Amino acid sequence: MIPPPSVALLLSVFLVAAGLAGLLARRNLVFLLVALELMFSGAALAFVAAAARWGQSDGQVMFLLVVTVAGTEAALALAFLLRIERLAGTLDSEAQRELRG
Amino acid sequence: MHIGFTLAVAVTAVAGLLAVGRANALHALLYLVVALLAQAPLIYLLGAPFAAAIQAILYAGAIVVLFVFVIMLLNRPGPEADGEGRREARRWLLPALLGAALFVEAALLLAGLALPVAGTVTVKALGADLFGPYRVAVEGASLLLLAGLAAAWHLARGEP
Repeated sequence: MIPPPSVALLLSVFLVAAGLAGLLARRNLVFLLVALELMFSGAALAFVAAAARWGQSDGQVMFLLVVTVAGTEAALALAFLLRIERLAGTLDSEAQRELRG
Repeated sequence: MHIGFTLAVAVTAVAGLLAVGRANALHALLYLVVALLAQAPLIYLLGAPFAAAIQAILYAGAIVVLFVFVIMLLNRPGPEADGEGRREARRWLLPALLGAALFVEAALLLAGLALPVAGTVTVKALGADLFGPYRVAVEGASLLLLAGLAAAWHLARGEP
């Protein structure tokens, strides 16, 4: 039988893969950010699974740092989202094709 | 591998797939909430109670709520425009299944029928780590949060 931390690691890989698939397949910026958050949570779960595997708390420290980074990234990404929506009038990521000025 | 662990893994996987697959932005966000919430008992069962609480409070409770607020600030109808569909019983099936699974998970944990599969790391040990070897990382995280705060304020005060 597969040990539980390995199953959790498999799930974290699955979450990152699902988030990546969503990131590649969706066009709307909101869904891109949702897929990014899913990938972040998968990475955080991997650290907790590793902490469970070795019985140490270092993985949980990294989990807290990953959550911090994910929160900051979400806040800033959403601020950018609001600005882009105001400037471009659309949330289509395909509409932002060129870097201007 | 006991039922609590399997249930949490299943709900996370299903909700994660649905979160990236839905057409309605709010539906996708709510399935993301379910996926993140379902990771909390999973993290608890992996022997990290404090991390599980942080997952539920910060991830599912603050970050996704921030997403929902911003989505509601964007005053564009989008491709969904739900309205009248919520009374169909068929639409309740999958969310009801996921909600019931989470409820069963919580009941299992509270009844003590699902025990951690790994040794529990106490909050005291985690705190000793954070104030000991990892204090530089904690200071770095606070600097990151300060930078994020300043950047978000700067982005928000732009031209209307």
